[in-house]
Amino acid sequence: MRIRVAHLYPEYLNIYADRGNIAVLARRARLRGHELEVRSIGVGDALEPGAHDLVYVGGGQDREQTAIAPDLAARGDVLRSAVSSGTALLAVCGGYQLLGRGYLGRDGVVMPGAGLFPHETVAGGTRMIGDVLLECELVPGERTMLAGFENHAGRTLLDAGAEPLGRVVHGFGNDGASGYEGCRVERAIGTYLHGPLLPRNPWLADWLLARALAHAEGGEPRPLEPLPDELEQEAFRVAAQRARARGGRSSV
Amino acid sequence: MGLRLGLETVAARTVGALSRAAGRGGGTTLPGKLLWRLDPGAVDALAARLERGVALVSATNGKTTTTAMAAGILEREHRLAWNRAGANLLSGLASALVAGTDAELGLFEVDEAALPEAIVRTRPRAVLLSNLFRDQLDRYGELEIVAERWRAAMEELPPETVLLVNADDPVVADLADGRERALRFGLDDPTHARPALQHAADSKYCLRCGAPYAYAAAYVGHLGDYRCEVCGHARPPLDVAATRIELVGMHGSRFRLVTAREELDVELALPGLYNVYNAVAASALALSLGASVASVRAGLEGFSAAFGRFERIPAGGKRVVVLLIKNPAGANEALRTLETGVPPVLVVALNDAIADGRDVSWIWDVDFEPILPHVDRVVASGERAEELGLRLVYGGLPSEKLEVLPALEAALDRGLELIEAGTELVVLPTYTAMLALRGVLAERGLVRQYWETTAP
Repeated sequence: MRIRVAHLYPEYLNIYADRGNIAVLARRARLRGHELEVRSIGVGDALEPGAHDLVYVGGGQDREQTAIAPDLAARGDVLRSAVSSGTALLAVCGGYQLLGRGYLGRDGVVMPGAGLFPHETVAGGTRMIGDVLLECELVPGERTMLAGFENHAGRTLLDAGAEPLGRVVHGFGNDGASGYEGCRVERAIGTYLHGPLLPRNPWLADWLLARALAHAEGGEPRPLEPLPDELEQEAFRVAAQRARARGGRSSV
Repeated sequence: MGLRLGLETVAARTVGALSRAAGRGGGTTLPGKLLWRLDPGAVDALAARLERGVALVSATNGKTTTTAMAAGILEREHRLAWNRAGANLLSGLASALVAGTDAELGLFEVDEAALPEAIVRTRPRAVLLSNLFRDQLDRYGELEIVAERWRAAMEELPPETVLLVNADDPVVADLADGRERALRFGLDDPTHARPALQHAADSKYCLRCGAPYAYAAAYVGHLGDYRCEVCGHARPPLDVAATRIELVGMHGSRFRLVTAREELDVELALPGLYNVYNAVAASALALSLGASVASVRAGLEGFSAAFGRFERIPAGGKRVVVLLIKNPAGANEALRTLETGVPPVLVVALNDAIADGRDVSWIWDVDFEPILPHVDRVVASGERAEELGLRLVYGGLPSEKLEVLPALEAALDRGLELIEAGTELVVLPTYTAMLALRGVLAERGLVRQYWETTAP
């Protein structure tokens, strides 16, 4: 099966290895006999509703994010309708912020977002930097752990009733106070855990792939064949250990 | 002040000697840390005593090598105080100042974040700024934050200070915009340009208007001959340039150093275009401080390697070549020197201490792909060996060619075992992994500890 991926603004939002996440999705699809067809969507390029099974939005430095923010904000309707019709989505760091309703900068200016995720982000004085460990429950009754690294000045405040990606076990999370990280709307995941999150958390890669496949084939997501993930599990173990030892502490 | 300073420096020297005697990290920063804590103003006073003043060097990549090259030139003419072991925070400067009692000229590499304070305290005669790449974002935040601090620091720069900037880096070149006492250096040899900007290229959008720069030549990352086709913002003319560059694989390079007054052919025993940048930067700095052309040539040609930076260490009929990697741009250049003759075995070691960057995601921005099809075996090592192994496998390395050995000493021995007698083992470690590996080699009597290395 061909899985059609829209990679938004790869020229601008690519800080710290967003291409790694794409590489993981491509390889895990290929090992199961599927093919990932990745199309770059730049400023002004058409994004047809329904034409993609998975959308990826990475992170950038402030300068790059500012450059693409108006274009992304204008795609709110298309993205919301894609997600409500079953498209999977992963947005990391800056992409996660810009897919909320808006970002209130330190200068008091609000940068409007695409309004896919029910949250607002407020610039903070200190950066929240460090290893993170989350406990997620994307499938009811199935608890899974996610290990990553965060580096953000923005405090993202979820609306009441919004579903986070996970509960923070170690680290700062969305705002350093709520105890939650990321946001989920149907098959769309937003998170601060950057650079690349998927290699050491293959279950999340498979969760996204299964949903992208379901969108491509029609019907409900089906479990994918397991892969030998020894190296992945070991990398996860070390990253989780780092989060336990030093997550959510250093701050610049 | 005089008496207090005297007592504190004596105390600091004693601590340094004790620390070295105890074998703890060479005492390169301990005496300075003590002095720094007792009286930060002592740095100002010690720097002010240097009759030929102070020169500061900062950059994301190449600080240690550039400073060591400049030292190789300048010490032919002056007694130097320099932080040769790379202790580049204010406490490291304090240590070098304490140790250099009879020095005339201070030459210091300075951490990017520490530069503003170093400028205020040492009132330098010359400041050399070479490049800004995405580096340890977990420590510094974003590149733009460092750039902003540097811009603010330029306001504090005395008007008589010479500012030397790499014209090929738009953000760095801009720091000297409109400044009278400024020297701009760069490369001028489009035959060595990359066909396209690398994945990890950073400052690729026009500083003035935000449009993408068009590159007549992109040399290393975003460094090159750039021009904005929308507003015309472009690389300024070069005062000191390297032209006619020849790269000789992993062995060295040749280039012509061109200034307004001189032309000089230089042979460098260090490979890679990034070392040509380091050499041009060091030459520009030394010339601005009054060094003779003869000293520039002798200093550069006599230069072998700063510790861990293309250092070759004999190991029982074989040799270990250590190429420090610490961020995407630097690692890409190290790998690029291997492209002409990829070695059969590589040891790559990834640690994640503060000095390495706790965030290891930068390895995904390194272009390992071109060399992986040509290696027989990669030993992934260090505290994050598995993460590195995943990066290599996703980069196309077949799993059966990968060995994951987190313990550094075991990885080094395995690498040495895999190569043939009389050949070289290429080791690519991050900073603390490099120090640890050198420590292993030092314990075996194969190399001196880094704080004992003499000037090249």
